[in-house]
Amino acid sequence: MTSLDFSSHGDYLIALLPEVILALTAMIILLVDVFRRGPGGGQSGAWVGHTTLLGLAAAVVANAWLLGATAVGDGGLVSVDAYRVVANFIVLAATLLTAVYAGEYLVREGLRIGEFYGLLLLASVGMMILVAARDLIVLFMGLELMSISVYVLTGFARHDPRSSEAALKYFIVGAFASAFLLFGIALVYGAAGSMRLASVAGQIAEASANGDLILTAGIGLLLVGFGFKIAAVPFHMWTPDAYQGAPTPVTGYMATGVKAAAFVALLRLLTVDLAAAAPIWQTAIWWLALLTMIVPNLIALAQEDVKRMLAYSSVAHAGYLLVGVMASSASGRAAALFYLAAYTLMTVGAFAIVHHVAGRGDLKSGLMDFRGLGWRRPWVGVALVVFLLSLAGFPPTAGFVGKLFLLRAAIDVGQTALAVTLVLTSLVAYYYYLRVVWKMYFETAPSEAEEIPSPGAGFRLATAACAIGLLFFGLFPQTALNGMRRAEADLAPSPIVADPIENVAGPTRSLPPNVSASGGAESTDP
Amino acid sequence: MSIYESHWALTLLLVVPMAGAVACFLAPEARAKGVALVTTIVAFLLSLPLFWSFDTGTAAFQNTVSASWIESWGIRYAVGVDGISLLMVLLTTFIMPLSVAGSFTYIRERERAFYGMMLILMTGMIGTFVALDLFLFFVFWELMLIPMYFLIGIWGGERRIYSAVKFFLYTAAGSLLMLVAIVVLVHLHTQAYGVPSFGYEDLLRLEIPGTTQLWLFGAFGLAFAVKVPIFPFHTWLPDAHVEAPTAGSVILAGVLLKMGIYGFLRFGIPLFPSAATHPTVLGTLLMLGLVGILYAAWVAAVQPDAKKLIAYTSVAHLGFVVIGVFGFTVQGLEGGILQMVNHGISTGALFLLVGMLYERRHTRLISEFGGIARRMPFFAFALVVVALSSIGLPGTNGFVGEFLILVGTFRTHPVIVAVATTGVIFAACYMLPMVQRILFNPLERDENKELTDLSGRERAILAPILVLIVLIGVLPGPFLERTSASVEALLERVETQGHVVTTTIGAPAQAEVSLVHVPVVPVGVTGPAEPRSPGRRSPSGQDAARPDGEGE
Repeated sequence: MTSLDFSSHGDYLIALLPEVILALTAMIILLVDVFRRGPGGGQSGAWVGHTTLLGLAAAVVANAWLLGATAVGDGGLVSVDAYRVVANFIVLAATLLTAVYAGEYLVREGLRIGEFYGLLLLASVGMMILVAARDLIVLFMGLELMSISVYVLTGFARHDPRSSEAALKYFIVGAFASAFLLFGIALVYGAAGSMRLASVAGQIAEASANGDLILTAGIGLLLVGFGFKIAAVPFHMWTPDAYQGAPTPVTGYMATGVKAAAFVALLRLLTVDLAAAAPIWQTAIWWLALLTMIVPNLIALAQEDVKRMLAYSSVAHAGYLLVGVMASSASGRAAALFYLAAYTLMTVGAFAIVHHVAGRGDLKSGLMDFRGLGWRRPWVGVALVVFLLSLAGFPPTAGFVGKLFLLRAAIDVGQTALAVTLVLTSLVAYYYYLRVVWKMYFETAPSEAEEIPSPGAGFRLATAACAIGLLFFGLFPQTALNGMRRAEADLAPSPIVADPIENVAGPTRSLPPNVSASGGAESTDP
Repeated sequence: MSIYESHWALTLLLVVPMAGAVACFLAPEARAKGVALVTTIVAFLLSLPLFWSFDTGTAAFQNTVSASWIESWGIRYAVGVDGISLLMVLLTTFIMPLSVAGSFTYIRERERAFYGMMLILMTGMIGTFVALDLFLFFVFWELMLIPMYFLIGIWGGERRIYSAVKFFLYTAAGSLLMLVAIVVLVHLHTQAYGVPSFGYEDLLRLEIPGTTQLWLFGAFGLAFAVKVPIFPFHTWLPDAHVEAPTAGSVILAGVLLKMGIYGFLRFGIPLFPSAATHPTVLGTLLMLGLVGILYAAWVAAVQPDAKKLIAYTSVAHLGFVVIGVFGFTVQGLEGGILQMVNHGISTGALFLLVGMLYERRHTRLISEFGGIARRMPFFAFALVVVALSSIGLPGTNGFVGEFLILVGTFRTHPVIVAVATTGVIFAACYMLPMVQRILFNPLERDENKELTDLSGRERAILAPILVLIVLIGVLPGPFLERTSASVEALLERVETQGHVVTTTIGAPAQAEVSLVHVPVVPVGVTGPAEPRSPGRRSPSGQDAARPDGEGE
């Protein structure tokens, strides 16, 4: 058990060991790659990929080691707890899976491998700082490091105008979102008198009780900023274009890593640090959750392009996750974490397959291009079926367990309306996920269709890992559930009472008036 | 035999088809059908001892296994059979080898996938019938949808995609709300006992307030009503039946349609006895059952397509079962359960027969045939027997089931039954003309003159069905006595915890009677403490004896 004392600055290097390792790896790759390629350019060697994987593996080890560390006092700028470690694992999983198969994309499109991997690693550093932040400025730094890296990655296919357009849209909207967020931070600072989240939590109780306007405005702006990052309706407008235009591996990464990191940070920010201000944000989150479940699911019905359809579906999943935030109980947070982990596997896997089917130039991602896929490439077909079933929330996949977890969290705090909306919108989602399945199996490819190439090793590894993971955690979720519980338990400063399974954390139980009316039976506080 | 007294018999029944499915996917294309046939026959043989060794004296679950699965949520791998599920499991294992064998010549492409899907479906169906944990139940319940979606979508007819998606969305719509209701139940359990549990027997102990019961029963009931299908929710059925390959139709009619009624018997009624016996709910369900019988009979009478005609007869038959079950009498319930088996056998056989015709002529239009009895005598014999069983002629299994249903429910809802009885006549009105127009009119078409009679394989498929039709018809006792303890326990639960029915829908005023007219069964009988002597006949046993006499 390592104990970290943040009054000595050196301990930050230890507390941020995974981040430091990844940042160093990124620097090494960027620097060495430039020199090795020389003035003429040309493609980077295979060492870039290997170094990336090595760095990521080291980060995973360091991250696991962090589980044994504790911080002395609560004055640190970053947290040292299981919540952060689990969130880091989700981010690292997204990065690792993307890195494993992205090489094939880069070679296929003739893009620079070195810069891509460098940016990928820097983005993941940003994500990990975002989830670790215990200070509003650190939070903003993490968010910006993540965002800027991802803007560049979005426009990485330079010769493809769609990619540039996506990057520009994403950048402009994202910059706005950052401004909103920064302004929100300033106002919250004004209300609480501190940037440290640990102090904010204590300070705002009074301000919140007095209906402080500055605090309300600050939280509102924070929600707008985060709303853009997690692509919640009505702040999702950029998502379909950015997701469709970006190189497919980057899309998969945006949909999982960026969303997971922003969600984990939002979850902690709202349900722990701003728990005292719950009456202010719960109404907003309730509406965000409702809209984010309904709108994108309906729009996705009309999509003829699988990549765009998956973009809308990823927006819809943000809605399901917001139900977990809305529950803001112990099970709500654990459910959101579990769902994020499952969502990461299924979404990375689905985009990996879209990337493979789309072929050179990322062009063939239309629904028609999936005709007969199940018979032309049986294993690719089976894997995609697993991902789609999991996205749809079908047993026996992790997506089902995650949805059940979210449902239970919602019902336990009396959010029956959201729970019913969740399942009804899932029904809508069944249709568009199944549509891909029927193209894959019920129709046959036209004879003039190009052969889908046999997939490479990286792709096989990544998709197999995702599919097996989803089935495994769908059938045997107990270990993962325990992990999420433990992570969550570290989060709640309030003591865990007798029954850790159904503990509904204290201060955030109050519901906005418009919700409690529609709710069913509420569980009593232990 | 020792393994059947041990507890793993049911688990074995779940594992064998799954292993067979894997073997099918791995086997060479030409071997897949053999693997599937062997697997289903093995599963059938494994299931037979369940029947012999079944203890008729108790309503408790038998052959149970309960192992920890997802501990912190109170989810267990819990399986077991009682009188209600036993016959359903056996029906499944009986139908499966027949439908696999019935596909040998029908399915000519992608055989590995086809037989693999069939076997996965089998695991899903058996699992649904034996699951005693609501999580496990839901997993199997949904697991059935996926292979069926593929079976219809890949090997189906012209409108297969439309039908497959419609089938999937209809059934999924119901089950999603059921999922919410399950979560609410678990929540209530957590509130009452401090720990969550998905266990069926744990949830039975809950005391749920009346209004909540109505909501939850509604959510469960919608899922089951779609599956039955009860009248306004039936529109997926003709499409799915007509477009599915023969084996798919056989399984749909034979087993999948039983899921709805089984769901009511296992979950809907015992978990929410007050809601299930609420006068409005009860009245609505009985009326819908009645409408289903009459409406389906009339629609069936004008169908030009033999397969569609048979599909509609399913709606009518299941309408009878609904009336039997929601009459809440021993005879009605036992008749309902038996009628589920009967319907599975006879309608399954009808689909097989139509499939055999389709393979020869590639049409199912009744007007395309006529007089083929002269070319296909064995086929004609089988079709006549099966059609008569479907109509409910005394001496066949269909009669026993329908008779018990009508006699039982007549006591509580005489008017509804009186109207429903006309459905028996309508059944003859649509079934017999079909038989006549296919088999007996003049043999005019040249194509029909060259038809060949059933092959040895086809006869071997039909023979067990014909035997069973007559066997249940003349000797229903062994089947009924296995259901009686569970049925009585169910009724006792309904009677003690159900809504007190003061005005029975459709009944005259003086019929303000208790729900159940049979002598109240002492509690001890349902417990294991007082095993029944084999010589003593249950009240239902006596009723069952009556049709025997008339049948012969």
